[in-house]
Amino acid sequence: MANDIFILAEHLNGKLADITFEMTGKAKELAAAFGGQAVAVLLGSGAKSLAESIGADTVLYVDDSTLAEFNPEAYSRVLAAMIKERGPRVVMMGNTSVGMDLGAGLSVMAGLPLIAYVNGLAADGGMFVATSQIYGGKIQAEAVPDGEACIVSCLAGAFPADAGRGSAPVEQIASPVPLDDLKVKFVKLIQPEGGDVDITQQPILVSIGRGIGGQENIELAQELAEALGAAVSASRPITDAGWLPKTRQVGKSGLTVKPKVYLAFGISGAPEHLEGMRGAELIIAVNTDPKAPIFDVAHYGATCDMLDLLPALTEKVKGG
Amino acid sequence: MNIVVPIKQIPNLTDELEINGDGTGLDHDALQYVLNEFDEHAIEEAVLAKESAGGAVTVVGVDTTGELDGALHTALAKGADKAAKITGDFPRGTDSHTQARLLAEAIKDMSPDIVLTGVQAADDRDGQIGPMIAAHLGMPYVGVVTGVTVSGGKAVVHKEYAGGVMAEFEVSLPMVVGVQAAHQPPRYAPVSKIRQIAKTAKIDEIAGGEVAGAGSTVRRMFKPEAAGHAEMWDGSPEEVAEKIVAMIKEKGLLK
Ligand SMILES: Cc1cc2nc3c(=O)[nH]c(=O)nc-3n(C[C@H](O)[C@H](O)[C@H](O)COP(=O)(O)OP(=O)(O)OC[C@H]3O[C@@H](n4cnc5c(N)ncnc54)[C@H](O)[C@@H]3O)c2cc1C
Repeated sequence: MANDIFILAEHLNGKLADITFEMTGKAKELAAAFGGQAVAVLLGSGAKSLAESIGADTVLYVDDSTLAEFNPEAYSRVLAAMIKERGPRVVMMGNTSVGMDLGAGLSVMAGLPLIAYVNGLAADGGMFVATSQIYGGKIQAEAVPDGEACIVSCLAGAFPADAGRGSAPVEQIASPVPLDDLKVKFVKLIQPEGGDVDITQQPILVSIGRGIGGQENIELAQELAEALGAAVSASRPITDAGWLPKTRQVGKSGLTVKPKVYLAFGISGAPEHLEGMRGAELIIAVNTDPKAPIFDVAHYGATCDMLDLLPALTEKVKGG
Repeated sequence: MNIVVPIKQIPNLTDELEINGDGTGLDHDALQYVLNEFDEHAIEEAVLAKESAGGAVTVVGVDTTGELDGALHTALAKGADKAAKITGDFPRGTDSHTQARLLAEAIKDMSPDIVLTGVQAADDRDGQIGPMIAAHLGMPYVGVVTGVTVSGGKAVVHKEYAGGVMAEFEVSLPMVVGVQAAHQPPRYAPVSKIRQIAKTAKIDEIAGGEVAGAGSTVRRMFKPEAAGHAEMWDGSPEEVAEKIVAMIKEKGLLK
């Protein structure tokens, strides 16, 4: 078996996702420790220039018209064939909307273990050790695969991206398997509707989570935002409930924001939320649970009831 | 249309999670279990699909807690038609690979047109169950889905990417879907209705096979040592409000 580390390159709209570089940097370190190569695998169509901008040891670029856009079935088939043919030691993919469709299925197809939600990876002697962040960020689990080889799905932001930028020799190949009988057909990409407010451009965000309790309380956040000249953003449950538009959602499937001040009220701090806001300059969190993971990324925190705090804060702001 | 919804119980994350004596897993005896929140969305999406396209919804889970009946009764109260549980000697916290294989075996006999399950669960350390079920059944899988519309042997699904971008796929049935969020928030089932159903409902029991193992071994489980922790402010809401205002002023964002 080869000691190569495969990295699935992720791209959308003609742009590589940061997770590609994050994993590539880490893969180079692991490959060096195991005596193999960091091999980025890019599936696409007419995307050679993207393949050329990954700083792996080598890039395998599979060009096929069915791979122009992400298609879970096509990707799974191609990757399963490549894993079988080339027997990498580790296959890395993002624990992203793309990787979440692939890793677990490939694990069954290829008969390899999968370690998910990975935010730490190391070579320890001849062994491969992966740390997963589970239970909504409350627990870390350090695990080793039972066999030699393994698939891991990595959390976005877990590793620095810079070490994975650069370029590498690109080997272009045709799909190793036929892709003409797919049951999944990509139809189109749907861009988000333009929101009333662009939360990525606000210096202050009043961000609310499930702790707000009910739709009738949204107003309290809006009043505060108005007084501050800020905008209201939210965690996913709030936009899922339709209490605020999707364009106000911060996180993995929402937007990444970097305001000067991020006020997180009634947000637990699930990894998917942190992904979108940990880059804020100043984070102040209010949550009744002193153990909420949001306090691990916040600079300042308080455990009072947000429903008492919001009106008090609005008053103070208005009072000057 | 035959809709199957595999569900999973997970520890209640609002409880304190304690690690067991040898430091390799959770102390499961100390935990309360709840239905995985994404599975609640899968149940809702299934009932919505049935209401619009007709058919029947079957909810099925591996009974790892001895308490799955409650979740199944709730699903029935919300509009599912049938419920089944896979029984055997399964410890709490049984790995995803085992649960997926057991579920796939049970689901095969149910000849589903569409399998809707939660996109992930907080304890999926060895991977998400949906894509594994799909691989076992040889069905296509699309996850992180927020909308499913079924008609004429095909499903149209909307899959989410970051930043609110979505992809639309057309998939021939049967397929497995990993539901991120239903078209509408999961409906509420009144406790009185659940109680009434608990008295009369029949839950099919399916004898499950062996625990397969995750394929990886946890050497150590620990609570994350945060790189930092917020400096905590005590005091009344008024006092906290004052401190927040002071910080914002310090940033020059408020006069
Ligand atoms: C693929 C995928 C993508 C996702 N994308 C996103 C995303 O983009 N953004 C996102 O946010 N989530 C996302 N999620 C969901 C994420 O996993 C969490 O479910 C979500 O972030 C939880 O939101 P929350 O913190 O508001 O709610 P909860 O986790 O329910 O937390 C509510 C908090 O409020 C506190 N609270 C309750 N009452 C009060 C009160 N009166 N005063 C103060 N505090 C109170 C509680 O102590 C608790 O900590 C995604 C999940 C998946 C699987």
